[in-house]
Amino acid sequence: MAEFRMPSLGADMEAGTLVEWLKHPGEKVHRGDIVAVVETDKGAIEVEIFWDGVMGRQLVTPNTKVPVGTPLAVIEGVAVEPTAPSQPLAAAKPAAPAPARKEARASAAPGGMRATPAARQAAAERGIALASVKGTGPGGAIVLADVEKVGAAPTLRIGLDLDKMRRAIAAAMAKSKREIPHYYLATDIDMARATAWLAATNAPRTPAERLLPAALTLKAVALALRKYPKFNGCYREPEGFVASGAIHIGTAISIRGGGLVSPAIHDCDRLSLDEMMARLRDLAARARDGRLRSSELADPTITVSSLGDRGVDSLYGVIYPPQIAIVGFGRVAAKPAVVDGNVAARPVMAATLAADHRVTDGHIGSLFLNAIADLLQEPDKL
Amino acid sequence: MTDVEIRAAVIEELGNIAPETDAATIDPDDDLREALDIDSLDFLNFLAALHKRLGVNVPESDYAKLLTVNGAAAYLAKAVAALPKHT
Repeated sequence: MAEFRMPSLGADMEAGTLVEWLKHPGEKVHRGDIVAVVETDKGAIEVEIFWDGVMGRQLVTPNTKVPVGTPLAVIEGVAVEPTAPSQPLAAAKPAAPAPARKEARASAAPGGMRATPAARQAAAERGIALASVKGTGPGGAIVLADVEKVGAAPTLRIGLDLDKMRRAIAAAMAKSKREIPHYYLATDIDMARATAWLAATNAPRTPAERLLPAALTLKAVALALRKYPKFNGCYREPEGFVASGAIHIGTAISIRGGGLVSPAIHDCDRLSLDEMMARLRDLAARARDGRLRSSELADPTITVSSLGDRGVDSLYGVIYPPQIAIVGFGRVAAKPAVVDGNVAARPVMAATLAADHRVTDGHIGSLFLNAIADLLQEPDKL
Repeated sequence: MTDVEIRAAVIEELGNIAPETDAATIDPDDDLREALDIDSLDFLNFLAALHKRLGVNVPESDYAKLLTVNGAAAYLAKAVAALPKHT
C-alpha cells in the first residue's frame, strides 16, 4: 500500500487544490497514468502516478486545497514505496506526447450525453445544458474543461490565472536572486551551417513536418550536458549539488497576456530532432491551454530560454531553483565576421549561460557554451 | 473558394492559434507576430492549419508574405487559384 500525495511542482509551490479525480476507487492504475487534476499557481496540472496498483480510498474531495505532501489517496497493491515522485529529478519518465487528459470514468448522462462527473457538476452549477457543450474527451465525452470553456469569459484560459502565475514567478525568481550566486557568460555562435541545413531539411516538408531552430538548440544543449553534467541537476541543502542521471530540459514558454512556464521535455539527449519538435509543439500547446503534467513541472534539470523570435540579441536568464543553470539564445542575425581572412556577413546567434557559482566556475561554463556552439556546426549529427 | 472565404479562414485559424485575442479586430496590415503576440511555433502551426484547410503548402521563403492578414489573404487567394482543379 502507498499514499498518493499532493506533489510539489516547484520550489515555490506550497499547496494545491484537487480539482478532479480521473480514477475511481477500485480502478487499476499504472505508472504514468494521469489520475487527478490539481490547480496550482501555474494552472491546472494533470498529476501522474508513479507506480502500478489499484486506486483505493480517496482521502481528499475535489475543490479542496491542501498543502504539498498531503496524502490524497491510498494506492493498494504497491509492494514498495517508490522514490517520492514530487522531488525534482524523479526517475520516473512520463509518457511521450500527447494524449488528451484521460477521463476514463466519463459516463452517459440522460439523453446519451457522455460527461465526467466533474463536468456534470460544473454544468449544473453554472446552469449550462450539457447538450450545448462540445465534448473533447475520449469518444466525444464532455470534460470539465469543455464546460469551463462555455462558462468562462472569452479572455480567460482554462486553468490559467495569470495573476497567480506572476506571483509564483516572483517568488521563484526572488528566491533565485536571493540565494543563488549567478555568474554569466556569452558567446556568438556561427549559425551558417545550421540555418542552411534547416532550410534544406524543411524545403521538401509540409509546415506540419518542419523543424524550428529551437529543436536544434535544445538538442545541442542536451548533448553538451552529457559532456558537462555539472550543469544538469539541482542544488539542495545540505547535500549541495545533486547531479541528474537524465537530461530533462525545462523549456521556457511564454503565455500570451503575461506569464511564463518552463515545463520539461524529458530525455532530450535521446530524442531525434523530429521527436524534439513534436514534444515542443505538444508542450507549448498544453502550456498555453493550462494542461501541463506534474512531471513536466517537477523534473526539469536545466532551463533553456529563447527570445530570438522577439528580436532580442541576447538574454541573461535567472536560474529557476533548485536548478543550477539556464541557457539563453537570442536571434540569428547577420553580423560581420572574418572568414578566411575576409570580412563577410554571417548569420550569428548569441548564446548565454547563467550558472550557479556554488557548483561551477566560469572556466567550465565557457567550455560548456563552446560545446553547444561546436555541436551546432554539425546539425546533421544532432 | 472566394477571397472573402479565404480571408475568413485566415482569421479563424489565427483565432485557433491565439484564442485569447480577436484576429478579426486587428488592423489587417499589422504584423501578426506583434498584434497577436504569436511566436515562430504559433506561426508554423498557423501555416500547418492553412495547409490542411486550403491545400496550400507555403514554403519558408514565402513566410514574410503572410505576416499580415491582408498579406496572408492575398497570397492564399492567389495560391488557391493556382491549385490543380479536381474534376
